[in-house]
Amino acid sequence: MIDLFEIFLTAGFWAATIRIACPLILGTIGELICERAGVLNLGIEGIMTVGAMSGWMWVYQGGDLWTGLVFAAFVGALFGLLHSLFTVYLGLSQHVSGIGITMLASSLSFFVFRMMLPSSTTPPKIVPFKPIHVPGLSDLPFFGEALFSHTPMTYLCFAIVPVVIYVLYRTPVGLAVRMAGESPMAIEAQGINVLTVRTGAVAAGSALMAVGGAYLTMSAFDAFYFGMINGRGWICVALVIFASWRPGKALLGALLFAGLDALQVRAQQVAGAFIPYQFFLMLPYVLSIAAMVIMARRARYPKALLVPFRRGERI
Amino acid sequence: MRLEPRESTSVWLVLAAPILAIGAALMLSSGLVLWTGESITAAYGALLKGAFGSRFAVAETLTRATPLMLTGLAAAVAFRAKFWNIGAEGQLYCGALAATYFGTGLITLHPLLMIPLLFVVGALAGGAALALPVYLKSKLKVDEVVTTLLLNFIILLFVNYLLEGPWRDPMSMGWPQAAPIIDEGVLPRIMAKSRLHLGLIIAVISAVLIWLTMRFTVWGYEIRAVGNNATAATFAGISVNGTVLRVALISGGLAGFAGVTEVAGLKGYLTLDLSPGFGYAGIAVAMLANLHPLGVIVSAIFLAGIYVGADSMSRAVNIPNYIADVLVAASVLCVLVSLMLTQYRVKWR
Repeated sequence: MIDLFEIFLTAGFWAATIRIACPLILGTIGELICERAGVLNLGIEGIMTVGAMSGWMWVYQGGDLWTGLVFAAFVGALFGLLHSLFTVYLGLSQHVSGIGITMLASSLSFFVFRMMLPSSTTPPKIVPFKPIHVPGLSDLPFFGEALFSHTPMTYLCFAIVPVVIYVLYRTPVGLAVRMAGESPMAIEAQGINVLTVRTGAVAAGSALMAVGGAYLTMSAFDAFYFGMINGRGWICVALVIFASWRPGKALLGALLFAGLDALQVRAQQVAGAFIPYQFFLMLPYVLSIAAMVIMARRARYPKALLVPFRRGERI
Repeated sequence: MRLEPRESTSVWLVLAAPILAIGAALMLSSGLVLWTGESITAAYGALLKGAFGSRFAVAETLTRATPLMLTGLAAAVAFRAKFWNIGAEGQLYCGALAATYFGTGLITLHPLLMIPLLFVVGALAGGAALALPVYLKSKLKVDEVVTTLLLNFIILLFVNYLLEGPWRDPMSMGWPQAAPIIDEGVLPRIMAKSRLHLGLIIAVISAVLIWLTMRFTVWGYEIRAVGNNATAATFAGISVNGTVLRVALISGGLAGFAGVTEVAGLKGYLTLDLSPGFGYAGIAVAMLANLHPLGVIVSAIFLAGIYVGADSMSRAVNIPNYIADVLVAASVLCVLVSLMLTQYRVKWR
């Protein structure tokens, strides 16, 4: 127990928490934007995969890291547009279309990766984002390593949250997005096109998810592996419920989750002798289910979530 | 653009829609084939030949179709009641775990009893894997999509633990695999010089039984009613929670069956790569069949053909076999659109 407590005192633990949280923050915020507009996006797992692959491939082919991020976001938005074509314009089942998008996006990622790099036994690597040295702050004893030894992309992930909060709660666009998910008839009455608002939200949310996937290949690691998303997208869907559709809580939820995950890795070294490692690996998934159970009673989901909007039809 | 409901839909349209959709998916995917530099006819020809071109190919395709039929049925039954069970992969492994537990020497019976026993315990284990999601959905309104999905990862890690720990076969030369199923429990081959086993017949019978249940019994009626409109079903005196529980047990049980056919029919022992995503592919099978139990038989064979054919195609011509997954995903999305078009008409205005 003493050992477990000491983990919290190491800067490495906090640095790892922040690293693990980043893709979850972007995925959760992306999914949250889609659901706030009334569209469940189960394509997230595949969109994160395609983001991880396309951003990495852009850099591997000689592109620049930042344009690689833009490219990943662009590809993610394309799959978002496909999802909204099916769910927003054609009104198809959001569950089934989302699963279809996940299947399509991941299989296309694997196919493209294999086509461009036919026979690679060891995964090829890129030069990922490097930690930046903040003068003064990075040299602080504990906080320097824990908070100020990260890559620019890491700070970007955290900076996106206040931007999304501002847009969602303080701008007309954000109001339209939230209303599209609560009462589409009401904004239709204001002369705003519900379908356009929803499509835009799904595309933007999907772009964020894709960048979240790209964080893994371009900042956390330097290579693309086939199973690398490994359920992170599904965990984000659970985190949105845990956050009861609030971006601020989503950030906290992702950090809490990442902290427990970082703790799990370190606890393995302490208790790994008595408890098989598979049980530690189960923890993130068990925690996601537990998180949903805890928040389920208080969850206030967007009223029009899963309900397709057809002009002139009453809901 | 506007969608207008059709007043009536002809049977021909409903039958033609999936076929046209799959044609469209093949056309879309041929862009990828062109990129590889191979000719489209050669590639699809190799795929077709690999899937159905010889007696051996047909046997391989039907062997692959067996678990897909069962996981496809699992998804079809659940989705009919709008119970989004995405956890067939985990339930399959639960079925396989139960078959391994009972089938590797714990009990020895005559094959006529032993094989049914394995299927019963496999189905129970598969259904039990859904107990938690159903409980959470009915009592706490926790979304079953995420719980069933996440349980897949948990169950797979548990299987991993058993195979690397207590259940590892000491005779397996260090490979993470369980002890073999005893001879009495192994499903007999139904075609000489092939791997095709009794599981196929069981899968087809299951499909017919599910169809009869869904079509002609009160249970089936209640399941369809809950899926079409849960509120109306409640007013009609149907217990929604009871129906969902029943659906979950049937769905999980069918996925458990798939685990039994793979362990006791195909492999003979439990491994970590027992299922290359049969649970997820089952969703595609069910969607291609428009959730019709008899349609599942056809669409499972079709999907198995794509997977088996793509493997042999990637050996014949230089195309990565991931094209199979692209084809399947594109087919699912195209069929989804085409089935919508059987109920709505597009008005360009």
